[in-house]
Amino acid sequence: MTATAEYLFEGADWDFPKLQRIHDACEEIARTELGLDVYPNQIEIITAEQMLDAYSSSGMPLFYKHWSFGKHFAHHEAFYRKGLRGLAYEIVINSSPCISYLMEENTATMQTLVIAHAAFGHNHFFKNNYLFRQWTDAEGILDYLDFAKSYVAQCEERHGRLAVEQTLDAAHALMSHGIDRYPGKKNLDLRAEEKRAGERRAHEESAFNDLWRTVPTGPIKTAELLNSERRRKLLGLPQENILYFLEKTAPRLQSWQRELLRIVRHIAQYFYPQSQTKVMNEGTATYVHYRIMTRLHEQGRLSDGNFLEFLQSHTNVVFQPEFDDQRFSGFNPYALGFAMMQDIERIVSNPDDEDREWFPDIAGKGDVMGVLRDIWANYRDESFISQFLSPRLMRSLRMFHLHDDPQQTEGILVDAIHDARGYRRIRRELARQYDVGYIDPNIEVVDVDLAGDRRLMLRHVVVKGAQLNETDTRRVLQHLADLWTYDVSLVEVDAKNTVLKEYVLTPRGLAVAA
Amino acid sequence: MHIVDRRLNPGSKSLENRQRFLRRAKALVQGAVKKSSQDRDIKDVLEGGEVSIPLDGMNEPRFHREGGTRDMVLPGNKKFVEGDRLPRSGGEGRGRASDPGEGDGEDAFRFVLSRDEFVDLFLDDLELPDLAKRKLAEAESEGLHRAGYATSGSPANISVSRTVRLAMARRVALRRPRPETIAELEAELAEADEARRAELTAEIEALKAKMRRIPFIDPIDIRFRRFETVPKPVAQAVMFCLMDVSGSMSEHMKDLAKRFYMLLYVFLTRRYRHVEIVFIRHTDRAEEVDEETFFHGPASGGTMVSSALQAMHEIVRSRFRPADWNIYAAQASDGDNSISDGAVTGRLLTEMILPVSQFFAYLEVGESNGSTFEMPDSSLWTLYQRLRADGAPLSMRKVTDRSEIFPVFHDLFQRRQKEKAAP
Repeated sequence: MTATAEYLFEGADWDFPKLQRIHDACEEIARTELGLDVYPNQIEIITAEQMLDAYSSSGMPLFYKHWSFGKHFAHHEAFYRKGLRGLAYEIVINSSPCISYLMEENTATMQTLVIAHAAFGHNHFFKNNYLFRQWTDAEGILDYLDFAKSYVAQCEERHGRLAVEQTLDAAHALMSHGIDRYPGKKNLDLRAEEKRAGERRAHEESAFNDLWRTVPTGPIKTAELLNSERRRKLLGLPQENILYFLEKTAPRLQSWQRELLRIVRHIAQYFYPQSQTKVMNEGTATYVHYRIMTRLHEQGRLSDGNFLEFLQSHTNVVFQPEFDDQRFSGFNPYALGFAMMQDIERIVSNPDDEDREWFPDIAGKGDVMGVLRDIWANYRDESFISQFLSPRLMRSLRMFHLHDDPQQTEGILVDAIHDARGYRRIRRELARQYDVGYIDPNIEVVDVDLAGDRRLMLRHVVVKGAQLNETDTRRVLQHLADLWTYDVSLVEVDAKNTVLKEYVLTPRGLAVAA
Repeated sequence: MHIVDRRLNPGSKSLENRQRFLRRAKALVQGAVKKSSQDRDIKDVLEGGEVSIPLDGMNEPRFHREGGTRDMVLPGNKKFVEGDRLPRSGGEGRGRASDPGEGDGEDAFRFVLSRDEFVDLFLDDLELPDLAKRKLAEAESEGLHRAGYATSGSPANISVSRTVRLAMARRVALRRPRPETIAELEAELAEADEARRAELTAEIEALKAKMRRIPFIDPIDIRFRRFETVPKPVAQAVMFCLMDVSGSMSEHMKDLAKRFYMLLYVFLTRRYRHVEIVFIRHTDRAEEVDEETFFHGPASGGTMVSSALQAMHEIVRSRFRPADWNIYAAQASDGDNSISDGAVTGRLLTEMILPVSQFFAYLEVGESNGSTFEMPDSSLWTLYQRLRADGAPLSMRKVTDRSEIFPVFHDLFQRRQKEKAAP
């Protein structure tokens, strides 16, 4: 019989010494048994109202002022008050120290769960996943937000609220296209440049063959074509980061407007990894909290009653409704992520023949945490699913793939189901659903008519016949035209380069350019 | 690890954002507030609550796609095999799959307004009526305010601390010897030898003389607290509700009147710190009653409007001095009045009531099935119309339906400055 004195807490009440004890117990398990590597933790207790506040500024503790956040706040509040929607138990911020907001209403068990989930699960993921390491600066984000907030406030004072609001409205409309998707090429310094030029020449000399001269080249480029190529190269075109392009090249923006675009762009970039790792991030955190809680219970530090309370909310979190269920709204990232992590644990420790065939690299490797840590560090949702979704999981979730072609009048085709013929296709399709390359419309700035009316030309490459929504596209382009201050055109082309639709918008007044 | 308790931090971090949002959506929200208050129970008008506004103008557009071929992976297959065709609508085919995400996001946006926000928006374009009696419209009376210090005044207003402070400053400046210095010298004198004694005596004498020359408190030190009279707005109002409760008034008519009174009350409480309500009901004689009796108490008899006006006049005279109170009156009636009473009513109104009140509204209520256009001009209506034509500042409207109360109220209190300001 375990002495009750060993429990971390009893009942539902918590206080600060108890939180500290809980955190230390979780930390011990996280560091020694799971081998997690986390940023220092900062745990903040907040009220429901503060949680609503945090919701409306995308979870960040400080943010600049803008009416759209007020709109989101009003919206969330209306739902919350009517009881249609509960609030999250926690919000965690990718920063160093890693800040987790815990709701004061949580019971002691929930606080334990949330600390294990956010302060260790998410925290480890933020610190180790390659996307976060590459794209976000955990040390600097809070300072940057602080700067952004005061800069926007300053601009409002100096240039008027309306002008700032217009610029921010426009920037927000283009936010999803203000992201660098690929790490830029580092500019070499002169010496390295010279060295490389020398190497290239040496290579050319060593590989010289007069025969190449006789190989026919393509049609000779006209002077006009060369000119336009040169112009595009100078402007850095084509460019898919529209906000970046505006910030650097829009002809009539004030410097403070450029800085505002830059702020919005940086924030969009900061959130970019989060949208690509929803399944993994939640899967990691859920797996970690499940391991920690179970271990605490095994050690006799969590009473049976509290453990059952935990299991109940855990099961709610990882519940996956089926497609014909009223509650269904796509895959639940917690459920899918957790199921995959557990599946990997099984493959590593106790594989069957099928697993050995599908996952020769990890099957039966024995070191569960080592394998998982490696996966958490080096994959994002799309690559994670396409690599590690196992046939067994596809069977247990009974996944199937629908192909809906509006041209096909007979109906929607069931293209693949969870059988030997379908595994790979289902896995590929599901991974694609999480691939930002497919989720976001592919829109690029392709050219600027410098010699003519300075029209900015954009192109949307239509994939699978999905064109842009006309009303919203006009609105976004209107914002874009206001910032560019000359005409803006957007063409939608399909894979064969046929133009499907063309938009042209003229800027409204010159209020923004002033 | 750090634990930070943020619960005590100032809340409403989003308040500023929320206000910006409301400011931006003002026109839309105002429209929504008016609309939602129309089908609301009058008691709840004050309660704030949920409104929904169209999203247009408040939208945050993004590039997004629609239509095209769609692929999806779903969980929970029960009976499908590869190659099955699912019909597009109905059945397990999920009707959703067939409509290519139509709708431009024009659906309504719902959110909750607090009570204050609601009432503010609701009454935003209303103001107190343009009054004929300017003097009272400014609604001011005189009050006293402290205003620094004066060198003259009544003894009762002497400011002791200021006086003593000035006296001390003067004594220090003129180097009035301190009594302690003299006491010290006298003590020294007692023990001093002969030569020193003479010297000390002379010094003490000189000091004492100087002390006598420089008084402890001089008349020029004295300061009085000064008071100024300033005009002070009268921050209280009384609202008279007059109603005919004779047999001809139906429940529906009373309900209409009640709605109007409630609105007036809400409106006045926004403008005045303190609002009293006096209920006067009348048949052929008038009495002051409480609210419950006013609206629900049974009564019967003939109709003499003058009795109510007489009662109001007496109450004003005994309890509400027009100089201290802003007086508002709203009368509701079905328009019946005994013919002999007309002249008395007219005289009372123009001579006694209107000169002291800020605003007098007459609301003629009719049966719900009738329309205002069909109502024949009643005897009271005709009478008041004549008074109005003679220049009496009366507001009058006819109402037959619940939904007309708001427009009528709005109409009565509409801000008229805009018309004036327009060139």
